[in-house]
Amino acid sequence: MTFRWGWWAVRRWGLPLALLAALVGAWQVAATTGAIADALRLEDFLVPAPSEIASSLWENRSLLAENAWVTLKEVLLGFACALVAGLSFAVALHLSETLRRAAYPLLVASQTIPIIVIAPILVVWFGYGIGPKLGIVALICFFPITVNTLDGLRSVDPDAIKMMRTLDASRGQVLWRVEAPTALPFAFSGAKIAVAVAVIGAVFGEWAGSDSGLGHLMLQDNAQLETARMFAAVLVLSAMAIALFGLLALAERRIVDWR
Amino acid sequence: MRQDSKMPAEAREFATAGPSPAGAPGAAVSIRGLRHAYGELRTVDGLDIEAAAHEVLGLVGPSGCGKSTLLELVSGLLEPAGGAIEVGGAEEARGRLARCAYMPQRDLLLPWFSAIDNAALALRNGGAGRSEARREARALFERFGLAGFEGARAAELSGGMRQRVAFLRTLLSGKPVLALDEPFASLDAITRAEMQEWLAGALSADPRTVLLVTHDVEEALYLSDRVVVLSPRPARIVRELRAPAPRAPDRDASVTSPEFVTAREHAMRALRGGPK
Repeated sequence: MTFRWGWWAVRRWGLPLALLAALVGAWQVAATTGAIADALRLEDFLVPAPSEIASSLWENRSLLAENAWVTLKEVLLGFACALVAGLSFAVALHLSETLRRAAYPLLVASQTIPIIVIAPILVVWFGYGIGPKLGIVALICFFPITVNTLDGLRSVDPDAIKMMRTLDASRGQVLWRVEAPTALPFAFSGAKIAVAVAVIGAVFGEWAGSDSGLGHLMLQDNAQLETARMFAAVLVLSAMAIALFGLLALAERRIVDWR
Repeated sequence: MRQDSKMPAEAREFATAGPSPAGAPGAAVSIRGLRHAYGELRTVDGLDIEAAAHEVLGLVGPSGCGKSTLLELVSGLLEPAGGAIEVGGAEEARGRLARCAYMPQRDLLLPWFSAIDNAALALRNGGAGRSEARREARALFERFGLAGFEGARAAELSGGMRQRVAFLRTLLSGKPVLALDEPFASLDAITRAEMQEWLAGALSADPRTVLLVTHDVEEALYLSDRVVVLSPRPARIVRELRAPAPRAPDRDASVTSPEFVTAREHAMRALRGGPK
């Protein structure tokens, strides 16, 4: 049993891990021999090797953890706001054709607004606190959640609705017992996309104005040429996004257990 | 939510009360001068059909003759372009919807619910709590050979079982009229024969007015009291036949009896537009 699982894990993860190891190894060699720095005509300390990033990760663990916690809060709260707003908005658009016709084109158009431009305005309006970061994360997450959920709600088998009507279902019962479960896998897809970009939103928000968070730390490290610590922060940020994505995928497997 | 005043409590009670034909809900169906069209395409044009309370009426016709439309019209899912449909005294769509349970061709079991929750859907829609609805459905599961599969998801059931659950779901709506649209079309021949026997037993135990649409003449003649053969679009009645031995306990003997074979020949000839 364990042997089988082990073999499965090797087959599933063996290749990507081997590729990753090769890339990191090549980077290590190129950085320690100074090949990259020479090619770019830079000082050696500006191109940290993976081993230096790892040791920076360890040395700065409490600083990174503190800032990661700030960013995580922004991501989670912003994502939660987008989830509530996105799901409600999708249901509203689904129930009202007028609203859908009126709001859907605007929703799509809103995606062309570069968030990076909005971030400083939000900071001007709402100050240096967590508010603007929440706003930006929520704005980024809102679109994929809403659009995917709406698609899910609209993909319901019309015959299933006829069946429910003939079994005396009210509109609410059709929504809750047929349309919502149909839309659930779609909503999860949207949420997974959203959570992956949410960390980027949080970093934008912190860049526009903040005194803590991984994005803030990256900005400082950049200014102080602390390149190893900057890469370490990036690493923590990706780990956070991957973990959140994994948690959502796990929740999906547990909740959408009929597929 | 949508409680119809004309659907008294005994209709719902009946579903759980077991075989009690005396107290069974019955409603006659009367279709007069029915017309319907999809755009320019006339699917039904001046059709008259009567079904008595507790009668099983088979509707046989070529593909695309508007049989499914007819069931949706009777069930109140559609409004006719012309003519009148009366179900247990109700003419408007709302009243028909309250009296008819429409069982579509596909089983349409909801994959996120267990078999018993699928069967109990109408009870839940009617406001029953989950455990109460399950208790009512469980009694029928035992009676109709589904005991032990209450917790199974649709994907874990065989085609015949899925169809049985779908039928129990229709039955548990407690409605006096069942509109069955080719209920066994998706099954293989052996399972279909078994299911016909099963449905015959279920209807003897729990009689309802049934409109059974099928393109299988044998199925219609075995399960129905009376069979109406419809023409290609727009549907008209070509022939009406009495079934020789409706829902006989021994299906295989019944469908091979001389009377049955003769009736079947008449129906087939009518269906294919040959000599009467």
